[in-house]
Amino acid sequence: MDEQSDTSTTSAARDHARAQGARRVAHQPTVPARDATGVVDRSGAPVAGDRMLWDDVVPPGGVTSRVLPRGAVVRLTDLAGDACANVLAYNAGQPLERLNVADTVKVQWRAYLGAGSLLLSDMGRVLMTVLADTSGSHDALCGASNAHTNEARYGTGGVHGPHPNARDRFAVALAKHGLDRRDLVPNVNFFQGVTVADDGGLRFAGNAGGPGAFVELRAELPLVFAVATTPHVLDPRPDYTVGPLRVSAWQEAPTGRGDPEWSATPEGERAFLQTEEFVLTMEAAAGGAGAGGGA
Amino acid sequence: MSAGNGNGTSVLYDEVLDACAPWAHVVEPGCTLEIVDLEGNQAVDCILYNADDPAERYSAPDTITAQGNIFLRTGTQLLSNEGRPMMTIAATNCEYHDTIGGACSKESNALRYGFHTRHEHACVENFLLAHSWRGMGKRDMTSNINWFMNVPVEADGTLGIVDGISAPGLSVALRAHMRVLVVISNCPQVNNPCNGFDPTPVRLLVRR
Repeated sequence: MDEQSDTSTTSAARDHARAQGARRVAHQPTVPARDATGVVDRSGAPVAGDRMLWDDVVPPGGVTSRVLPRGAVVRLTDLAGDACANVLAYNAGQPLERLNVADTVKVQWRAYLGAGSLLLSDMGRVLMTVLADTSGSHDALCGASNAHTNEARYGTGGVHGPHPNARDRFAVALAKHGLDRRDLVPNVNFFQGVTVADDGGLRFAGNAGGPGAFVELRAELPLVFAVATTPHVLDPRPDYTVGPLRVSAWQEAPTGRGDPEWSATPEGERAFLQTEEFVLTMEAAAGGAGAGGGA
Repeated sequence: MSAGNGNGTSVLYDEVLDACAPWAHVVEPGCTLEIVDLEGNQAVDCILYNADDPAERYSAPDTITAQGNIFLRTGTQLLSNEGRPMMTIAATNCEYHDTIGGACSKESNALRYGFHTRHEHACVENFLLAHSWRGMGKRDMTSNINWFMNVPVEADGTLGIVDGISAPGLSVALRAHMRVLVVISNCPQVNNPCNGFDPTPVRLLVRR
């Protein structure tokens, strides 16, 4: 800080602190989100400020999380063409319901994520729908780093150091939503892809789409949504290398019966039906004696 | 046909687990758990926990990324979500085993096969019951192993549970590196070929 700053008294220290308020850095949220600039949706149209819910630029190795309403659209933008978005999602109404990557790939008969993919919960419901994807290189199998793997790869792995690991990033972010280590389930990764060879071998496909590539995800339930930005665990580069990520969200409507995603597959349609029934039940319960079980 | 090593060992446990049933048992460090597919093509869903800190548990992503392959074979280290080895596949005479297909549940069965399957028994039901014996619960559900199950991934990413590659008497032996709580669901699925459409018993042996 400024060498001439006087922080010798509480008054001077307060002035010194308040003088910092107007500073801006490359990686920070815009609050309120309606003041965010340059937010466009998948059709290329600007998003009106009054629909904005969230806008944050997450540094490499960072994390951000938020409760999102049903119908929110989250746009993940790979600003520099080298992001790795480690994503977890939970039903905010009953966070014991959470992303299940095995069900996600098994129910949809597809190991790779892309436009039209559904992120499924362990309760047979849709947490998020992938509405748009200009990258095409993602991963639902490999999970994310922990302190041990980062220490082995980079020498250190703690979140207080230069090589933060995803697992501890998630542990802290999700603790703020009342969740703990037992809630840390396998995640999905956007913008760094992996393919599976005939012999079962995993091949790191890396980034595709370049700077500005984006994925848009629609929340189909109220969510606890968390995204960490640590390097993919199979990224072969010796240095801790990953780009920043912009996370923007705005309000739209959830997938409805007339939308193509609703009926794209019979499995997905049943998942949407179960999701709709859950929402209707919970809304009715909330109108009565308060939120009930809803399982 | 047994894949375990029989020399100088003592058998601590030897039981046949009924078709469709749950099971939980602590395997001490250095001991070996052998699972025998008695009648062939019986998927055995399995989760491992650090018995002293169950928040540390088996992680399919850590396991497959560490070995760079989705299939579990002899020599595979089964890693925890903290990246530590929990057990090693000491021997198996089944070509490979699955760990990306997850466990069947009433909820996912309804998506995969239709709402008519909603009241059929499922592995998650078994896991939750076994968890309830020890004060654990749904929060402890995580990724799992499917012993003797075949889930190939094709070049375009299509994956699925297909006809099994196991046979009567094939087995897998797991050596424990820590005190491991092993929770098993002898898979009751009848809507796909993971059990040959006919769930059958398996034999479980623990040796020191």
